Amino acid sequence: MATVAERLFLRRRIVNGLSLVLSGLAALFGLFWLVWILWTTFTKGVDAMSLSLFTEMTPPPGQDTGGLLNAMAGSLMISGLAVLMGAPIGIAAGTYLAEYVNHRKLGEVIRFVNDILLSAPSIVLGLFVYTVVVRTTGGFSGYAGSIALAFIVLPVVVRTTDEMLRLVPIQMREAALSLGVPQWKVTVQILYRAAAPGIITGVLLALARISGETAPLLFTAFNNQYWSTDMTGAVANLPVTIFQFALSPFAYWNKLAWAGAFIITVFVLLVSVTARYILLRKKMSHD
Amino acid sequence: MQASAPPSPAAPRLLDNIGDWLFRNIVAVAGWFVLITLALAAFSMYWGGREAFAEFGWGFLVSTEWDPVRERYGALVAIYGTLVTTTIAMIIAVPVSFGIALFLTEVAPGWIRGPLGAAIELLAGIPSIIYGMWGLFVLAPLLGTHVYPWVDEHIGPWPILGALFRGPPLGIGMLTAGIVLAIMVIPFISSVMREVFLTVPNRLKESAYALGSTTTEVVWNIVLPYTRSAVIGGIFLGMGRALGETMAVTFVLGNAHRISVSLLEPGNSIAASIANEFAEATTPMYQSALLALGFLLFAVTFVVLSIAKLMLMQLKKREGN
Repeated sequence: MATVAERLFLRRRIVNGLSLVLSGLAALFGLFWLVWILWTTFTKGVDAMSLSLFTEMTPPPGQDTGGLLNAMAGSLMISGLAVLMGAPIGIAAGTYLAEYVNHRKLGEVIRFVNDILLSAPSIVLGLFVYTVVVRTTGGFSGYAGSIALAFIVLPVVVRTTDEMLRLVPIQMREAALSLGVPQWKVTVQILYRAAAPGIITGVLLALARISGETAPLLFTAFNNQYWSTDMTGAVANLPVTIFQFALSPFAYWNKLAWAGAFIITVFVLLVSVTARYILLRKKMSHD
Repeated sequence: MQASAPPSPAAPRLLDNIGDWLFRNIVAVAGWFVLITLALAAFSMYWGGREAFAEFGWGFLVSTEWDPVRERYGALVAIYGTLVTTTIAMIIAVPVSFGIALFLTEVAPGWIRGPLGAAIELLAGIPSIIYGMWGLFVLAPLLGTHVYPWVDEHIGPWPILGALFRGPPLGIGMLTAGIVLAIMVIPFISSVMREVFLTVPNRLKESAYALGSTTTEVVWNIVLPYTRSAVIGGIFLGMGRALGETMAVTFVLGNAHRISVSLLEPGNSIAASIANEFAEATTPMYQSALLALGFLLFAVTFVVLSIAKLMLMQLKKREGN
């Protein structure tokens, strides 16, 4: 006959074992779906890989040849311009937060708003740019798409810049200021240099985030079946092309959609791994 | 600081001052730009939707009509779909994410925690359109042929709950959309929870272990009470994502403008309606109705995300002490 204490101990151990097994199962369950999704994307994507993807334009309905060249070029232009617009403003705003209004009410408010912007539904930003840019300029345009994506780049860069600048030791600022260096030079030549890996990581993460964004492009950049580098008109882009081709009844279009999905996934994973690597190397060199 | 500046030639100092002034103003404008963006985004959609709000008034919120031909619009179907899919997603995602975060911080052997945590964070960055495509091409056919017929047959006859699971096994529908949404927010919520759990001071946990607590007891009595508000914040953050998610649900929701009790039936959501119809909305009132939907979505996510942020900030405050 076990004592009360022994029975209690046994019960606690059983409860503990059960919940640990459950948590392990949850982890397996979560990973199972994610691995499955990646597996599907990779197998179907590799299946659809061919040289013509990179040399031919998106095909008209029913045709069994063609590639994604115009969509990829358009995506590169739209995303590149979005980063060029969003990142400088983001870095400036992050600097303002970390160096000028840190610990102040205004800083808290801007950080709060920025965090909301960071998680705001991207389709809403698309609508916003539609009403402000597309309506006033009179039509879908690559520029409108870039502006919509820039609003997604902005909060990501603001946040990382702010966090990375605040990690720079205060002594660096004090040492430079005590030598009579004006504050803007301290920020640009010393703090930015110290925080550069972190800020670059933020910009790369923002790039990864926008390269698959579809919703904000649906009614800003729209889509274009032909080769077009004219950013004042509708520009072809990968995400919207994938969206249209995946929902179409044509088998070849579906195949192209998977190829596009595969390209985007590989690109996003590469960019995020690079971003993490840069940050990791910085951490190691500091230790 | 200005008063005690060291003696130096006047001209460079003037330049420095101008530089400082310029730099300060440039970054300040950028900072204010962030604030103004949010206000402007809200206002632009409210302004765009004003015709619909004026025409239908509060009825817009409770009407199930969506008739572009007769120009009658109501938001209830879309609101209902958004709420139902989000609820299904949260029911699945919250316990699973909690388990994953727990596994990554307390259970798994040390060497596996870092790589697995990084993998989950990478997966959180995969574009939602990939989840949507997978849902349409892989999950929906599978559920439609193998799972939903069984569900319809066996759970369908249940007294009250059964009504939710009765219907034609189309594969696409609200339950499928909820599942895809859940899979999409799992990496997101679990990485937030993982970060939150990592903030618990080791000495608290070690004290409890030293008193003979099991891992489960440490989690329930130390980790969770310490991080309660932030865990809720993380859940709300995931909910904000799920509410406004567009591509993952648009593919598998079925774009049907009606409310059905059964979760197996197709439906619609706010984001999916906008994505499907906005580019084709030709009349001003049609566009206005969709912009009004966008404004509603924005308002709801704003509230949810604000709650999330405030909850997460409470932990920060405690850490500061």
